[in-house]
Amino acid sequence: MAKRVTAETLSRRQREISVSEFFAKNRHLLGFDSLRKALLTTVKEAVDNSLDACEEAGILPEIRVELDAAEGDNRYVVRVTDNGPGIVEAQAPRIFGQLLYGSKFHSLKQSRGQQGIGISAAAMYGQLTTGKPVSIVSRTGPRSSAYSMQVVIDTNTNKPKAVGKKKLDDWDLDHGTRVELELEAQYMKGRQSVEEFLHQVAVANPHATLHYRDPHGAETDYVRGVQSNPVAPSEIKPHPHGVELGVLMKMLQSTRHATISQCLSRDFSRVSPQMAVGLAKRAGIDPKARPNTVVRKAADKLYQALNDSATRIRPPSTDCLSPIGVQELLAGLTRGIRAEFYGVETRRPAVYRGNPFQVEVGLAWGGDLPADDLAKVLRFANRVPLQYLAGSCCITKAVMDVSWRNYGLTQSRGALPSGPLIVLVHLASVWVPFSSESKVAVADYDEIRKEIKLAVQTCGRRLGQYVKRKARARSEARRREVFNLYIEEVVNSVEAITGKDQKLFRDRLLAISRRKTELAGMLEEQDVSTDELEACENVLVVDPNAEALVAEDAEAVATEHLPPPLPVEAERDPGSQLELV
Amino acid sequence: MTSDRLKIPASLDAKAKIEFLAKKTIAMARREVDPYVDIPSRTLSNVTFSKRRKIIEMGDATQRRSLFNLNQARKYMQTLLVARGCTQLLDEQKTTSIRDLYYMSKHTLADGKENTFEGQEESDPIIEDLEVTLGALREELHLFAAKRGSVVGPLTLVDAGDVIDLSRMGSGGWSVPGIVEPETIRFVGHGAKFILLVEKEAVWARLNEDKFWKRHNCILVTGQGQPPRGVRRLLYRMVHELDLPLYVFVDNDPWGYYIHSVVKQGSIGLAFESKRMAVPKARFIGLSSFDPAAYDLSEDVSIRLNDQDRSRAKEILNYEWFKARAWQKEIKNMLSAGVKWELEALSSKGLSFVTEEFLPKKIADRDWI
Repeated sequence: MAKRVTAETLSRRQREISVSEFFAKNRHLLGFDSLRKALLTTVKEAVDNSLDACEEAGILPEIRVELDAAEGDNRYVVRVTDNGPGIVEAQAPRIFGQLLYGSKFHSLKQSRGQQGIGISAAAMYGQLTTGKPVSIVSRTGPRSSAYSMQVVIDTNTNKPKAVGKKKLDDWDLDHGTRVELELEAQYMKGRQSVEEFLHQVAVANPHATLHYRDPHGAETDYVRGVQSNPVAPSEIKPHPHGVELGVLMKMLQSTRHATISQCLSRDFSRVSPQMAVGLAKRAGIDPKARPNTVVRKAADKLYQALNDSATRIRPPSTDCLSPIGVQELLAGLTRGIRAEFYGVETRRPAVYRGNPFQVEVGLAWGGDLPADDLAKVLRFANRVPLQYLAGSCCITKAVMDVSWRNYGLTQSRGALPSGPLIVLVHLASVWVPFSSESKVAVADYDEIRKEIKLAVQTCGRRLGQYVKRKARARSEARRREVFNLYIEEVVNSVEAITGKDQKLFRDRLLAISRRKTELAGMLEEQDVSTDELEACENVLVVDPNAEALVAEDAEAVATEHLPPPLPVEAERDPGSQLELV
Repeated sequence: MTSDRLKIPASLDAKAKIEFLAKKTIAMARREVDPYVDIPSRTLSNVTFSKRRKIIEMGDATQRRSLFNLNQARKYMQTLLVARGCTQLLDEQKTTSIRDLYYMSKHTLADGKENTFEGQEESDPIIEDLEVTLGALREELHLFAAKRGSVVGPLTLVDAGDVIDLSRMGSGGWSVPGIVEPETIRFVGHGAKFILLVEKEAVWARLNEDKFWKRHNCILVTGQGQPPRGVRRLLYRMVHELDLPLYVFVDNDPWGYYIHSVVKQGSIGLAFESKRMAVPKARFIGLSSFDPAAYDLSEDVSIRLNDQDRSRAKEILNYEWFKARAWQKEIKNMLSAGVKWELEALSSKGLSFVTEEFLPKKIADRDWI
């Protein structure tokens, strides 16, 4: 029989687990579970931070990503430089060296990062795998000088330590930040690669200029397609429907307001003072009670009152969202994807569980896209590309829900459509419901799925009109061919029967044939005229032949400005269609 | 778009009719009308059974075939090609088979992929279309079908100038040409009392070998299945010009009934020919569904009806010209028995049963429909 262990013995083994220790054992939760993914996650976190920082500061982002092979197997250096506002020196260690430190977790505002884990996790990963700390260079403006430092993380205490602080007298940027870290990683092109990520960032962020140098020294540049930053999202207070019990209790504890009713009406959005009093009474709490005296049981009642369907609370205001925008999305699509038809749709904001969100969809069809593959879905949450777990993502499911056959594409049951198609879906929200901590897939909320579906359908209908019109044009041409072929036989026969040359007869028949094939096309098109579709501001049609000409010209002028072709998915596994992005 | 129906004057000869069609086509193009032909419908819905004349007659319904309709363009083109072929035959005063016409008109189109006709089964119906459209018979267009069918018996005729005695034709008989119009075939004399049309060539050969026709003074004809137009036209002429009764001897199944009905009333597809081919006085001598019982045939030589037989039987039950009580009884009896009988089944009673007993008794008993 096993020897009994006393609680005292056990207690000696129980101790605080440092966040970094936790991370070391649960790296998959944060996107560092494979060498390939570690590289991608690191780049992604750095780029997200850079974009957020630039936009918050009102600076048009210009970001440079460089990858270098370092000494040793599977060692790479990631260097990301931005022209953002820079980081105050005193803050830098905590930003890069402490998990769960950041400005974003506590605010309800649309931003790329949400939890303050990202870049510090990457720094920690680098340190854990190579022993080398993250290096930072930053400068906050032309009048201050740049500094450099390295941030070492004490993995026991989750405390960062700055070492090797230096002033740099000449840094080539007036303001900005450079992060450099070495990590154990694997570099591969193709699906779920750094290239693919940056390409998608370029599509969803047409206001950003991106430079990229891969470990072999090959450069790729994406020059910005629009000249202004997106409208800065505003911060909002939480909506009662989006708050969980625990959060509610925490808010009651930490509020700076003196009474329950004040707390409810001022810390939450859409709760009037009158309504606050009613809610407190319904929960059996004195509206004038101090919030921090509310016990758990009463808080639970309050929580129930807030979510009671009888309590009519207006949906949250949605002006806090910053969609990419119709013209911007078109600019992004055209600079990243060589297609023939582009269509975009921005839905009006909607709400899930008290959180405002907004869906945007872009379609690119035809052109250089592979005609026989399944459509590719580019998923974005707050402008950040999502590259993993496509199959379980709400976005993918919504795209599959749509009956693409209605729009002239082929689609097997329960699958993505096939054809030369890219479907871009952007979900903007103050709080994107990710299905896991690594933020790679959107959780399946009915409201979100429905909005995505509606947006995709709107775009799909326009695409369908275009595809059908094209097919019709083709069939008209074929019809004319057939008629003209038979006309020859008919004319020859009539000539043989009448014994006369019938040139005039032939010309007349050919004229009827021409008229017939034009007229038929127009008659069928009454539902949607060509002009109507092309005049629609949500649609851009590129004549494939004309584009070739333009491209030739452009090549002579500015080769480096040409978007690279979309990454080819060489390793597409037919067995796991759902995993395809 | 309601254009006038294209009507071709009946008074013209065949060549002039084709020319008329061509000129109309040119005129349509000049008026910027899509060229078309109106083809009398050769369908069940466009035939009526004339109770007075007891033949199937074609109605007035036509189907328009246009050049500028993707579903009809090919057939329209083919119709003109056939017309052109016929003009050529008429100009050169030659007569040829419908198979020859197919080859005359067949060539590859300019795109190098498609042929004007992909097979004779494509050109044959077009020829029939042209016949009804022009109101000109195949013979008038200088066409004939592959010949089929044989005759023996006490009959002398002139065939393309040769005097032929059909009682001296050996075992094979005289084969019936595709065209049997008076210009080619003339009857000289006969000693027959009736005509017997046999569906099966094998049974015809059996009767010929037994010299049934000699003993019973009949003209023995086979059409090898559904009789071709030459045989039907010959039967019509013999019945009318020689004033002889015609007995039809077919298998006891829906197809046998229908062979008799085509000889008697005409067919749906060639309803326009009924008046010069149908023999309303033709008599169905057998095999009746009541015969096996009456003549004590063994069930062993019957064949079970299949689904196709049943549905065809039910179909013809509804035809106007099968509404006579005797026919309804006949067909329903077959359906309730659930079996069919081939003519050869009679041989189970002995090789000469059919010639010695069955046919003589049926005729003597006037046991026909």
